[in-house]
Amino acid sequence: MVSSNTSIVVDDVSKIFTMHYHRSLKQIMVAKVRGLPLSETFQALTDINFEVEQGESVGLMGLNGSGKSTLLTLINGVLKPDSGTVKTRGRVAGLIATGAGFHPQLSGRDNLFLNAAILGMSEAETHRKFDEIVDFADIGRFLDTPVSHYSSGMSARLGFSIAIHVDADIFLADEVLAVGDKPFKVKCMAKMQEIRQQGTTIFYVSHAAASVQHMCDRILVLEGGHLNYDSKLVDGGSVEGGIKFLHYDDEEPDAPGDKNGISALADSALGAEI
Amino acid sequence: MSGGAPTSREERREARASHPMAKETIEESRDGRKRNAAKRARKMARKKADSMPVVEALEAPQQTRVVEGELVTPAPAGGVVGLFKAPYLLRLLVRREIAKMYSASVLGLLWSYIQPGLRFGVYYLVFGVLLDVQRSLPNFAIHLFCGIVFTHFFSEVFNGGTRSIWENRTLVKKMAMPRETFPIAHVIVGYYHIFPQILLLFICCLLSGFRTDLTGVVALFLGTAIISVFGMAVALLFSAVNVYYRDFQNVTGTITQMLHFMVPMMYGWDRIAGFQPTHPVLVQLYLANPVCDSVILLQRFFWTGVNMADGDLGHNAELPPHMLERGGITLACCLVFLVLCQWAFSRLEHKFPERL
Repeated sequence: MVSSNTSIVVDDVSKIFTMHYHRSLKQIMVAKVRGLPLSETFQALTDINFEVEQGESVGLMGLNGSGKSTLLTLINGVLKPDSGTVKTRGRVAGLIATGAGFHPQLSGRDNLFLNAAILGMSEAETHRKFDEIVDFADIGRFLDTPVSHYSSGMSARLGFSIAIHVDADIFLADEVLAVGDKPFKVKCMAKMQEIRQQGTTIFYVSHAAASVQHMCDRILVLEGGHLNYDSKLVDGGSVEGGIKFLHYDDEEPDAPGDKNGISALADSALGAEI
Repeated sequence: MSGGAPTSREERREARASHPMAKETIEESRDGRKRNAAKRARKMARKKADSMPVVEALEAPQQTRVVEGELVTPAPAGGVVGLFKAPYLLRLLVRREIAKMYSASVLGLLWSYIQPGLRFGVYYLVFGVLLDVQRSLPNFAIHLFCGIVFTHFFSEVFNGGTRSIWENRTLVKKMAMPRETFPIAHVIVGYYHIFPQILLLFICCLLSGFRTDLTGVVALFLGTAIISVFGMAVALLFSAVNVYYRDFQNVTGTITQMLHFMVPMMYGWDRIAGFQPTHPVLVQLYLANPVCDSVILLQRFFWTGVNMADGDLGHNAELPPHMLERGGITLACCLVFLVLCQWAFSRLEHKFPERL
């Protein structure tokens, strides 16, 4: 079933986060006495299954808190699933979970080398691509300033620039790009189209439907940690279909002046349709 | 909905809840879909419609990229062994760690010599001169220096290593990399700091006359190996535990402080040996401390070397018997301990990103 062309396999993956409320001894005692829970679990992902072919460009959509970033972090290898397996083929690069993993006290240059090394680039490779990365990030004279002084846009730019210049087989892009300014976003998307055309597997998380539509040839929709729509598996599935699915695309109920949002009429229509 | 259109929001909510298909259909037909999901999704879609620009796909047909290699888990292959096989990342991190330590300080790297230097001065004055240990202990300065070098190394590794993962949490949370890199980097930083000290110690010994024998050389390497392996193991273990309970980074300072008194550097071995007949177990416990063993082995090379050049100095210049055998056993124990710590680290590191 798994062909030699498979890029990502996510098999029956679940992820449960444990939230600890009370950490000091005193707090634990108080919680015990009052009968409060010491920790609570939260199921971020439930039984996720899918496979991605090399060169496919997958859009991942869902509301905030639906588990998109968690899924991306699992594919990236930072988190390990609690059950099931995640497997990837080749080098994985990308920006995950909002914000580049930078060391705030180090300069942009140091972070560039460090990040590149973590993403699997050798010293020679980094030197070769150094100018290109700096040009793309457009951080100019701030290169030797500690990253803690960077604006969020600047560090996102540098992070993206490093990640996209890694000759990766799988590229992950989270909503993190949203902090950049418009011209930079366009530049990023153009660059992503370029690596997409070169046959890199792309995993793109965004809320912007039109952008996903143009970037991706497949869509996954997460809802509350469940993978509820996979345009490859659904009959007649398409990226548009996934977006429709996410929005329950019944007739546009939110008339422009309706401040209360959804109207009663639309509510019943909604109930009836689903 | 019959019976006229509901007017207020509450009524509408009620109407929605009482709708025969409302709740169970939405919550059960599609797992995880919340009741107001559609509304939220539409709102989000409207708000974020322009958040990312649209860029058309390139005209050229897509190329096929053939990726060599197997499907593997994307989690980085951890392990101390793997780290030394691909040392580039480790080297970068060590360099960063050293640069970070002395950023925005005028004296910079000198600090790592001033600190042990001052400590040496204080101990020498208080114990050597004031309490007059140097009268009964020949070449007291060398004796003390040996202890300072290795205890300094160990405190550096222990303190720095314990905090390492916590201090690098932005990286740990976002980047897939072998997490052992951080504590191990501190071991290398420790070497970086003590190497000039050992050099200085060697020069002092040569100046005051120095002889050595095979036992001494073996002792030097054995001592260095013990302190390295033990430091690595402790750094690994505590860096991981410190993620869960930050208390540990407060304890390390106290432990390293105590350690200065648990090795024979301010006093000679003869003081401890005096307790052998009355408290044999305590003496064995004292000698079971790997840091203590490594200090004694270092003294066997430097201090005994100087003493040998000075001629016979009587029983005061003696070190515990069978130190090579004891050192060998200690090294073996430390290696086992390192393996255990690595195992514990691998068990604990799964949860690092969510606990940081």
